[in-house]
Amino acid sequence: MIMKVSDSMTSPEDILSVEHLSMRFGGLMAINDLSFTARRGEITALIGPNGAGKTTVFNCITGFYKPTMGMIRMTRQNGEEHLLERLPDFIITRDAKVARTFQNIRLFSGLTVLENLLVAQHNKLMRASGYTLLGLLGSPIYKREAKKAIEKAAHWLERADLLDRADDPAGDLSYGAQRRLEIARAMCTDPELLCLDEPAAGLNPKESLALNTLLRSIRDEGTSLLLIEHDMSVVMEISDHVVVLEYGQKISDGTPEHVKNDPKVIAAYLGVDDDEVDEAISEVESLDGGQGA
Amino acid sequence: MANTVLDTPATEGSLVGKAIKEALFTGVMTLGLFLLYIGFRTDQDISNTPIVYGRPGLLAIFVAIAAVGRFLMVVFVQPLLKARKEAKAAAVVQDREATFFKKHILKFALVALIFYPPVIVSLYGFQGSLKFVDNFGIQILIYVMLAWGLNIVVGLAGLLDLGYVAFYAVGAYSYALLSSYYGLSFWVLLPISGILAAFWGMILGFPVLRLRGDYLAIVTLAFGEIIRLVLINWTDVTKGTFGVSSIPKATLFGIPFDASPNGFAKMFGLPMSSAYYKIFLFYLILVLCLITAYVTIRLRRMPVGRAWEALREDEIACRSLGINTVTTKLTAFSIGAMFGGFAGSFFAARQGFVSPESFVFMESAVILAIVVLGGMGSLTGIAVAAIVMTGGTELLREMEFLKHFFGPDFTPELYRMLLFGLAMVVVMILKPRGFVGSREPSAFLREKKAVSGSFTKEGHG
Amino acid sequence: MDYFIQQLVNGLTLGSIYGLIAIGYTMVYGIIGMINFAHGDIFMLGGFAALIVFLLLATYIAGIPVALAILIMMVVAMLMTSLWNWSIERIAYRPLRGSFRLAPLITAIGMSITLSNFIQVSQGPRNKPIPPMITEVYHIGNITVQLKQIVIIIVTAVLLSIFWYIVHKTPLGRAQRATEQDRKMAALLGVDVDRTISVTFVMGAALASVAGTMYLMYYGVVAFNDGFIPGVKAFTAAVLGGIGSLPGAVLGGLLIGLIEALWSAYFTIDYKDVATFGLLAFVLIFKPTGILGRPEVEKV
Repeated sequence: MIMKVSDSMTSPEDILSVEHLSMRFGGLMAINDLSFTARRGEITALIGPNGAGKTTVFNCITGFYKPTMGMIRMTRQNGEEHLLERLPDFIITRDAKVARTFQNIRLFSGLTVLENLLVAQHNKLMRASGYTLLGLLGSPIYKREAKKAIEKAAHWLERADLLDRADDPAGDLSYGAQRRLEIARAMCTDPELLCLDEPAAGLNPKESLALNTLLRSIRDEGTSLLLIEHDMSVVMEISDHVVVLEYGQKISDGTPEHVKNDPKVIAAYLGVDDDEVDEAISEVESLDGGQGA
Repeated sequence: MANTVLDTPATEGSLVGKAIKEALFTGVMTLGLFLLYIGFRTDQDISNTPIVYGRPGLLAIFVAIAAVGRFLMVVFVQPLLKARKEAKAAAVVQDREATFFKKHILKFALVALIFYPPVIVSLYGFQGSLKFVDNFGIQILIYVMLAWGLNIVVGLAGLLDLGYVAFYAVGAYSYALLSSYYGLSFWVLLPISGILAAFWGMILGFPVLRLRGDYLAIVTLAFGEIIRLVLINWTDVTKGTFGVSSIPKATLFGIPFDASPNGFAKMFGLPMSSAYYKIFLFYLILVLCLITAYVTIRLRRMPVGRAWEALREDEIACRSLGINTVTTKLTAFSIGAMFGGFAGSFFAARQGFVSPESFVFMESAVILAIVVLGGMGSLTGIAVAAIVMTGGTELLREMEFLKHFFGPDFTPELYRMLLFGLAMVVVMILKPRGFVGSREPSAFLREKKAVSGSFTKEGHG
Repeated sequence: MDYFIQQLVNGLTLGSIYGLIAIGYTMVYGIIGMINFAHGDIFMLGGFAALIVFLLLATYIAGIPVALAILIMMVVAMLMTSLWNWSIERIAYRPLRGSFRLAPLITAIGMSITLSNFIQVSQGPRNKPIPPMITEVYHIGNITVQLKQIVIIIVTAVLLSIFWYIVHKTPLGRAQRATEQDRKMAALLGVDVDRTISVTFVMGAALASVAGTMYLMYYGVVAFNDGFIPGVKAFTAAVLGGIGSLPGAVLGGLLIGLIEALWSAYFTIDYKDVATFGLLAFVLIFKPTGILGRPEVEKV
């Protein structure tokens, strides 16, 4: 599953490249021949109307669904390439370093906030504990690593503004705090690509703003992001690159500025027929022209 | 019978009226329920023909008790409970005194257990202590150990296992068969039994752990029954329903507990008594329990233990964090099975006899009940549940004095399982999360706070 | 071949009894998602009710026609067990509805222990035999068909038709199906959920008690612990057929009856239960939702 970069057609800046991805559920083609790339060090947003297949793309990338066709290539910083469509979900996180959050938050609600972050460091701690055996015997290596894990958790708690709640059950947090905790937990797996499924959903404007800051800082520290978002203000504000889906197909791809002005995107969001698109375009243009004059 | 109580502040008169109405309803229902089963008794006469006779008096007593009980409940008990609840809600202050005791409860319990046999012996003499050490000590501790072992599977990993007794059986038969066929000693076979049980846990676990929730429960139940049926029918090896008898006893570092010159009694110049062996077994099972508890407590702070609890909370989230859920479940299953195996080999050494009778589904149900009644995941709660449930029912055996009230035909033992079942129902209704509903976090940053049971989940797989 | 058909008849008879019990499991599971462990003991209570009624009839109304006697036994058993299951649901299960998933399961196990021991205490621990009620036997070629087998199969078929009609054609059945789909939504739309669940328990009990009566009539004996094995097998049948599916429960019951009969006939009777449980494990591992169950989609 790990290949050398040489035979790859994608450029080295591409961290994730999705090629001809299709996913069929019975008679429904949820994704139809979708290709796009996400570049390293950028925030890529996946947007589209309800039912466009965004979450399905996520589930394919993170291994929860096996795509009917197509290829998903993850290129790690060290040059390792992983073909995600062939890997089981947990290996994608463990070896390919892709982490994700969920649209309907999935925290370990009965564990404390801190424990949630420790569970995320499972594989590292597992090795440090000699697969439990050495840990049971009280190995100093494990003790050291366990301490480090708590420090790392504390670091992310601070970043997510949750330090005060560290010892409370995760289920006790407010909605916004749960969203932040889920991101912090995903970051504790040391991902190179972080996939966020509607991170701003249900947040108030203040929380939304704090989220933007958090996501930007994550990007600036070298983790690339791929996010599904409905909140256009968030998308336009923070993403470097936007991919627009409709009915499982890509209808636009480019900078936020480019996508915002793409008549196809406007049509998709306004929900008009094809022959009305031209009308819509002319209207938009006339509006722009009117404002410009 | 369980009519909902209206919340209106009833005046004395209307309360009594309501109580009478409910009591009447209860009486009629009780009459209906027990009309056939209490009102009549089936039997066989001398010529073995089935006969039936009426017991109207007994039926009347049942109805009367139910109706009067309901009346008293509505008039006195419910207002009292309501008042107490209100008082409790008003008083938020918690006394700190209780927490000191709570914090050290395990140490107190351990000290009490260590001194239990000598105290009993000094009170009742060696021969008199037998019953207390064996029935109340060893019997309860076996259940404590089994429940702690199952707790790893059900309480921590959230995997509902209804066939746990199978591993107990594997352990018991491993010791029984290997010692009688190959003459291996208890101390060699104790670890082997545990390993074999763990191995079986792995084999049975591997195909079934993909299943979720109740499906897992029913397949584990099926496997438990299969193992028991094989034990019954594979007569060449297991001697079938006759069971394996004269299993060698455990020895104290090679010192046997028998009447031989190098036996325990002779060696220490003590008079012969079977109590020594029982006392030895008591300490042995105590140590086994402590090992179980120690390993469980340590495992909870290991990544694997945290992964178990995470698995109980949300399996999909676990997978999204790179946790291999299959191996995680398998470790829980096989480690739980291993403790069952240890307990099984101890059981065989204690009884000197094993038969498939001891490994019926009801045993699995009782162990599971203890885990849930105690509060899943809580070692203290489970120990308390084991003491209350098994100790309480053992106590019934001793209640010979009840014969004075109910006549010489009254055998309290018959009511043991009836009361056990009723207790399970009542405790669950009053405390659905068990005696100890909260969980201790496995790590903390600043302050260790117990997690309320309302947040923890019970697992789906 | 004759031997095979003979075993087929035996298997169908046994399977009918399992199917009747299995419906109670599958309905309760479908509607509140709980394994009602006490259901096997409800079946046993039905058998005991039939036994007591039989003995009363034999003692006080000698010479009563057999058909009438069976009908009376069946009706009384249905009334008794319905009352029991209704009360049990009210007292033991309803307070725990919506609580922690294992709590009702443990309560049900506790109830199962309570019921079987209650009968042990009140009726004695011994097997309770009755003289054979229906002895007629028909020979078709080399195949022997007992009249009681025919009675069992016909009664089962009739009951299932009535039952099917209730579930699919009456407002009550609609309420049941709605509650099964989405309890909250059903309540919002005016379905009396509590009543619907009670009725489900009553219906399950009634069918189980008929199975109990048939069991008593077929084997001529019943004991306090007779609830467990048929109960587990019926539950196995429900799971095998696809839990929550009514035709599945019947199909599963018949399958298990057939497997038991054929396995006993061609292999060894000792391992017939192993075969049943083995099949259950096999089916669940390869098709976890059973034969007619709806596939479960894992939502992420």
